[in-house]
Amino acid sequence: MSNEITGAQSLVRALEEAGVDVMFGIPGGAILPAYDPIYDSKIRHILVRHEQGAGHAATGYAQVTGKAGVCIATSGPGATNLVTPLADAHMDSVPVVAITGQVPAPAIGTDAFQEADIRGITMPVTKHNYLITDPADIPRAISEAFYIANSGRPGPVLVDIAKDALQKMTTFSYPKRAELRGYRPQIEPNSESIRDAAALIAQSVKPVFYIGGGVIKANAAKDLLILAEAVGAPVVTTLMARGAFPDSHPQHLGMPGMHGTVAAVTALQKADLLITLGARFDDRVTGKLSTFAVNAKIIHADIDPAEIGKNRYADVPIIGDLGPTIRALTPAVEAEFKKNKPDLSTWWRQMNSLRTTYPLGYNEPSDGSLSPQYVIERIGQLTGPDAVYVAGVGQHQMWASQFIKYEKPRTWLNSGGLGTMGYAVPAAMGAKVGLPDTPVWAIDGDGCFQMTNQELVTCALNNIPIKVAIINNESLGMVRQWQTLFYQGRYSNTDLNSKRVPDFAKLAEAMGCVGLLCESRGDVDRVIKEANAINDAPVVVDFSVHRDAMVWPMVAAGTSNDDIMIAREMAPDWDSQEL
Amino acid sequence: MAQHTLAVLVENSPGVLARVASLFSRRGYNIDSLAVGPTEDPKVSRMTIVLNLEGHALDQVSAQLFKLVNVIGIQEMKESGSRERELLFAKVAAKRSEIEALITGLPAEIVDERDGSCIIQAVASNKDLAELVKKLEKFGIRELVQSGAIAIEFGAKTLAEQTAIETGLATSDTHQQTQDYQN
Repeated sequence: MSNEITGAQSLVRALEEAGVDVMFGIPGGAILPAYDPIYDSKIRHILVRHEQGAGHAATGYAQVTGKAGVCIATSGPGATNLVTPLADAHMDSVPVVAITGQVPAPAIGTDAFQEADIRGITMPVTKHNYLITDPADIPRAISEAFYIANSGRPGPVLVDIAKDALQKMTTFSYPKRAELRGYRPQIEPNSESIRDAAALIAQSVKPVFYIGGGVIKANAAKDLLILAEAVGAPVVTTLMARGAFPDSHPQHLGMPGMHGTVAAVTALQKADLLITLGARFDDRVTGKLSTFAVNAKIIHADIDPAEIGKNRYADVPIIGDLGPTIRALTPAVEAEFKKNKPDLSTWWRQMNSLRTTYPLGYNEPSDGSLSPQYVIERIGQLTGPDAVYVAGVGQHQMWASQFIKYEKPRTWLNSGGLGTMGYAVPAAMGAKVGLPDTPVWAIDGDGCFQMTNQELVTCALNNIPIKVAIINNESLGMVRQWQTLFYQGRYSNTDLNSKRVPDFAKLAEAMGCVGLLCESRGDVDRVIKEANAINDAPVVVDFSVHRDAMVWPMVAAGTSNDDIMIAREMAPDWDSQEL
Repeated sequence: MAQHTLAVLVENSPGVLARVASLFSRRGYNIDSLAVGPTEDPKVSRMTIVLNLEGHALDQVSAQLFKLVNVIGIQEMKESGSRERELLFAKVAAKRSEIEALITGLPAEIVDERDGSCIIQAVASNKDLAELVKKLEKFGIRELVQSGAIAIEFGAKTLAEQTAIETGLATSDTHQQTQDYQN
């Protein structure tokens, strides 16, 4: 049987057939058979330093390229280290395929060395997963995994393969099309729903586009621009949707939610219609749900039927891919407008008043120390809207969302749903691998950075020259902000002392990167320019910033969006607003 | 009307029961009973799930369930349009002669008698079985085994012929909004 190959060879051939060009991983006992054919494969394998890094790198790669990212790990601890990035990708609907080795089939269930039931463990944090014990099943599982990960609402899929299935001989046959009886995402929207939505838009005098990350996943940003201009309504983009609509566009009111702009938050609250596209009424956007947009009718378009009505009742649900949905909505709305075009001028007057009265801003620290917002703003201004910005989780993430101006989809990456500290460095690595000619800045916190910075070694050794800005406020800043506001300034375990230890610049140098330090406002531009000029090594800049800076505006957890604060104990002056 | 019966067709693949159970546990849906068995198609199993949906809307449960890749079809088994039965065994400390009169006219029979103890087998609706149990209690029920419900829709149409969920999206009356919380 000359055409017989091993299960491991079958796996690598299947990955090649699936169009994989890069994967991130670490070998180990159970996956070892697969690493032999990987040695000969044209697929680039990047040896990371921790499996969590492999998972976030796959996510970063997927978010900038739109192609599924691939990570690979061994059984037991290798596989469990992927759980956090898989949960992260699941919450943010990122297509990722994870391959894990499993102990040999006869050992499954015996508590064998490095055995973990990773299929069971990842069931609630993956879109789907597989345990393969027969080598003949490998190509089909890989084909299905990529199809499921990329189609419908994207998400992570894990394929766990027993070691003996990798070692046994099999024949290779790759199914080009995956046939799944129980999985048929609805792509084309129902035409009746489109007509109902258009009719509702034509009746509304206070409409708002509530744009979620789905618009980016669906590659529908250009279609959205056409629809939004046809309707003429204000647009808000959620944390996951930054870049789906240009920040420079006059209809854009910014980000809604817990740290959204006053105009964006108020637009949703006072609207008579939310045109919801690929968003999911997350608690960070709605605030206290029973008080959210109480006078608004809801058009809710999503490819995932389970999102419709999950948190908020949809008057007009539209199930389908947002590309065809938006492209169908535009002519339907234009037809309605020929009969009746509502006058949005009062609504715009109200919104314009809010955005000019309450623009995003920040105060310079009174002691002359560096303000974190200024640093982040200057990185964005000096690097421009063609670069990719990747944030960790916390204050720096919110400032990066607020003060960098995004003009294009897939230029802003962050961990929105799961809120995974440590996301930035490995995700930036994956993004840079996906777009090697694009500058990639990780905007990270000193807390986040210390969770996953080991991947800088991977970057240094594999020619992945990312740039990392550590917004070093020597604390777990967002937690500290909540302690300031809600725990009487009792700073329990949020002081990281990271201006003393570690020395980030030295640490960076030790890991083969360029390490820079910036402590004053006058040095900010020079250091950013210096970092931007280095393209042959990763660069880490330790920006030593004021520790008491806070993220504003803020809707405190559990409170209504109506109670948005623009600074500590300071609400907008609603009486002066015509709303 | 917190209780609903769902018939769920699933691919007969490993782990599918765990997926369904994990979903219900994760999202806080309460299962009153669950029965799984083969169907006319060897590649397909059928689950009958009786749910207690306090605080959750049926359409949301169905939509989440339908998201599972292995779930092929879901249909609510409404009381008026379907037949639903459970199987019960009860070991009772009594003689056949004592019980016979009591179960006359009921869908129950005595299937074993020895050592002063009888096993009663009954196939009935959940409500009728509860009444039977109440009657048997005076003898002292030593052991009780009860299956989950299984159900089938009246008429010629089969569940396998349906391709999608039949419970539909929520109307403004049936929609259940998540309670407010601080997160």
